Amino acid sequence: MLNKKDLLGIKELSVEEIDLILDTAAGFKDVLRRDIKKVPTLRGKTAVNLFFEPSTRTRTSFELAAKRLSTDVINFSVPTSSVVKGESLIDTALTVQALGADFIIIRHSSSGVPHLLAKKLRASVINAGDGTNEHPTQALLDAFTIREKKRKIEGLDIAIVGDIIHSRVAKSNIYSLTKLRARVRLIGPPTLIPKEMEGIGVGVFHNMEDGLKNVDVVMMLRIQMERQGRGFFPSTEEYFKNWGLTPERLSLAKDDVIVMHPGPMNRGVEIASEIADGPKSVILEQVTNGLAVRMAVMYLLAGVKR
Amino acid sequence: MRILIEKGHIIDPSQGIDGIGDVLIEDGKIKEVRAKSKEQGAESKKQKPHKSNSELRTIDAKRMFVIPGLIDMHVHLREPGFEYKETIKTGTAAAIRGGFTTVCCMPNTYPINDNASVTEFIIRKAAQEGLCTVLPIGAITKGQKGEELAEIGTMRNEGCVAFSDDGQPVMNSLIMRRVLEYSKAFDVPIISHCEDLTLSEGGVMNEGLLSVTLGLRGIPAEAEEIMVFRDIMLAGLTGGRLHIGHVSTEGSVKLIRDAKRRGVNVTAETCPHYFSLTEDALRDYDTNAKVNPPLRTKRDIEAIKEGLKDGTIDVIATDHAPHHRDEKLREFDLAPLGISGLETALPLSLRLVDEGVLTMNQLVEKMSFNPARILGISSKGSLKQGSDAGVTILDTKKEVRVEAEKFVSKGKNTPFDGWVLKGMVVITISKGRICEWQ
Amino acid sequence: MPKELFDRKGIDRALTRMAHEIIEKNKGTERLCLIGIQRGGVHLAKRLASKIGEIEKKDIPVGLLDIAFYRDDLNIRKEQTVVRRTEVPFEVTDLKIVLVDDVLFTGRSIRAAMDALMDLGRPAAIQLAVLIDRGHRELPIKADYVGKNIPTSLTENIEVQLEEEGLGDRVILESPSNPPLLPPQAKGD
Repeated sequence: MLNKKDLLGIKELSVEEIDLILDTAAGFKDVLRRDIKKVPTLRGKTAVNLFFEPSTRTRTSFELAAKRLSTDVINFSVPTSSVVKGESLIDTALTVQALGADFIIIRHSSSGVPHLLAKKLRASVINAGDGTNEHPTQALLDAFTIREKKRKIEGLDIAIVGDIIHSRVAKSNIYSLTKLRARVRLIGPPTLIPKEMEGIGVGVFHNMEDGLKNVDVVMMLRIQMERQGRGFFPSTEEYFKNWGLTPERLSLAKDDVIVMHPGPMNRGVEIASEIADGPKSVILEQVTNGLAVRMAVMYLLAGVKR
Repeated sequence: MRILIEKGHIIDPSQGIDGIGDVLIEDGKIKEVRAKSKEQGAESKKQKPHKSNSELRTIDAKRMFVIPGLIDMHVHLREPGFEYKETIKTGTAAAIRGGFTTVCCMPNTYPINDNASVTEFIIRKAAQEGLCTVLPIGAITKGQKGEELAEIGTMRNEGCVAFSDDGQPVMNSLIMRRVLEYSKAFDVPIISHCEDLTLSEGGVMNEGLLSVTLGLRGIPAEAEEIMVFRDIMLAGLTGGRLHIGHVSTEGSVKLIRDAKRRGVNVTAETCPHYFSLTEDALRDYDTNAKVNPPLRTKRDIEAIKEGLKDGTIDVIATDHAPHHRDEKLREFDLAPLGISGLETALPLSLRLVDEGVLTMNQLVEKMSFNPARILGISSKGSLKQGSDAGVTILDTKKEVRVEAEKFVSKGKNTPFDGWVLKGMVVITISKGRICEWQ
Repeated sequence: MPKELFDRKGIDRALTRMAHEIIEKNKGTERLCLIGIQRGGVHLAKRLASKIGEIEKKDIPVGLLDIAFYRDDLNIRKEQTVVRRTEVPFEVTDLKIVLVDDVLFTGRSIRAAMDALMDLGRPAAIQLAVLIDRGHRELPIKADYVGKNIPTSLTENIEVQLEEEGLGDRVILESPSNPPLLPPQAKGD
């Protein structure tokens, strides 16, 4: 049972809690396969998407997940700049809560914001990505997808490739996959992989060919264009030459490898189009599974009597 | 008015006193101290206080320590410009609550204390409203921009006792060299906030596994150490008086120890939080533990304690940095840096005595005698006859629970809220006034 | 001691009779299917289907239905209801559906199950088969096929144990004074 008010990160979850979320998500995936893709489970509840950072994908996914559960959704998008000038974060959140929100789904460019809100709010806080800390529902949907495709997670060799240091997706995935006993390796230029990562039980490769050998899963991360020229790597061209996922490189992985990407993709920067659209890609299934996982999270958080 | 403090355990490193005795204060000056001194091994001349017509107030200091008023050479009083965070009045009130009778305020006010008129304002305001002595620290460069020298001589004449661009370190090595050279003419210490801003850019906590785990930008220890090294080299080059502010890393301690061995004119301070807390205090994104330089690791704490013990670090200062609660109650990245430290510094430092890191005598050195020596204010930090009667009386056995909301300071930003600490200031005598607490 | 109300033979006889009643009432097995409610009804639905299949020499489709999403007590339970799979591998529209559950009590599970079924399609008819009817209905719901009517008090608990769950077939009645044989499970109602 998930005895928590909030979903702040994978760090805060036990293996049993992760398993429960994934099992519950399987039930919701059944719903998504039907003609009537909506259940009355959380009728009368209200969810607010409080997004301080633009994100169409995650916001839409949470929005639809809430609607599928018969929860009312409000999108409250706040450009960070105006918040800096005006209303404080806490005031904004309290206002949203006063509107009757049962769930506050928060995306913020500053790490730890969900933790701050969770302490100040009665509502369930769901972290939809905070700074470079965590993006727990992405990691849960990734784990769900891997489990669905590979029937297990334990013992798999999983490569996470790209901008690890700035990626909350990578962080959450590292926590969840190591908790679920996969063997995780990180691949990317040394400027994008914190040296401390080697100390937490994951492998680190700076050479793409070495890193991809015999892996079961390749998780690509989005390369943030604004990183080039800031000393992390010289150019996207050089990046793709060294760490881009090409068919030749992918052939070094296991035959039944699956390729994942949290989106949005930079085709030709971190991933070749042939792969993104190819048979090994499960990128669009990730999107569908995201709905099921987010429904499961809301269902489980709502089910705790407080 | 005369004050007689009786039967306290007097510790005065300036005279080598460490024993039971009496202190007589007359008209705001130390008139007489009678106690067993370590060197003399016997009680000094015993005689009744002179008969005098003025009123005599007697304080029973049995089982208490009587020490020269503490001197904090690194505080932010926020006035002028940021009175919502702290004022000279509230800051000095917090100081005497913490046992300090002298504080040196950093120049990062608004306007910045980079010219004599601001210095004059602070001194005048402190004379009117201050509950303890306030000695301003002037900016090294105009606007703390690190470009043009401020009028150090003029500010010195107006009352500044040291100079620093605290918080906005001078990145240009040539300017820093000139400062260390020029200030020699006035024999004032230059307090350096050592941080390579190009390396620490955007950082909000110590760099390491925890910063990665929390997703917070890290500041490597090297950002401090590179500048400690640079400034030591420049002090060696120029012979200027360098004082390294708030030392937080093992590497800095080593660099300073080595520099002192080589005879470089350098002194150093650390703050209670750097020997009391590790970066772990940030695990729950507690903005009250967000401070610059950042809280480091266990290893750094051990090195700082070692540095305090062997004299590498001369001074314990607070870097008292009060902020409004709304400012701390926000995104970790955006919350301002600093800890409101005046009211917890002494009990936190007393833990070092409990742990055997320092003797009581060394503690008083680091919190009173040494700051006075470094700042060149011979009338303070001592109970010698004729010194200013700043006296602190404390009960080191008494346990007190830290309650941020009850701080006298406007800044309630402390990571020590709820801690139970031993050692309470019972009486602070400052500017001829007796402030007493239960 | 908990009281045993039904043993293996008793359960089997009741199911056999119910199978015959289902065939009789529906005049055969044309467009008939059985759907067991997770989790007490699942095994019973499979047993009933195989009995009907034997009698009529025909395969009867069986589905599993989880009603967690349709419950009306999500807000008042102390723990989350475990979500199980719904597996109805056939189109329910225009079928005659026999819902199967182990114990009929307040009727709320059946209400949830009917709502869940309606979201899967538009069945021609829904009937209800239960092994035990213990009374205390809170909704206007009545079973079409009942293995055994057992009047109970509200403080008592009926426990249906089945071989498929590794417990051996039996139905027991637990009164509050009697310690339960097994840790109490979340029952259907």
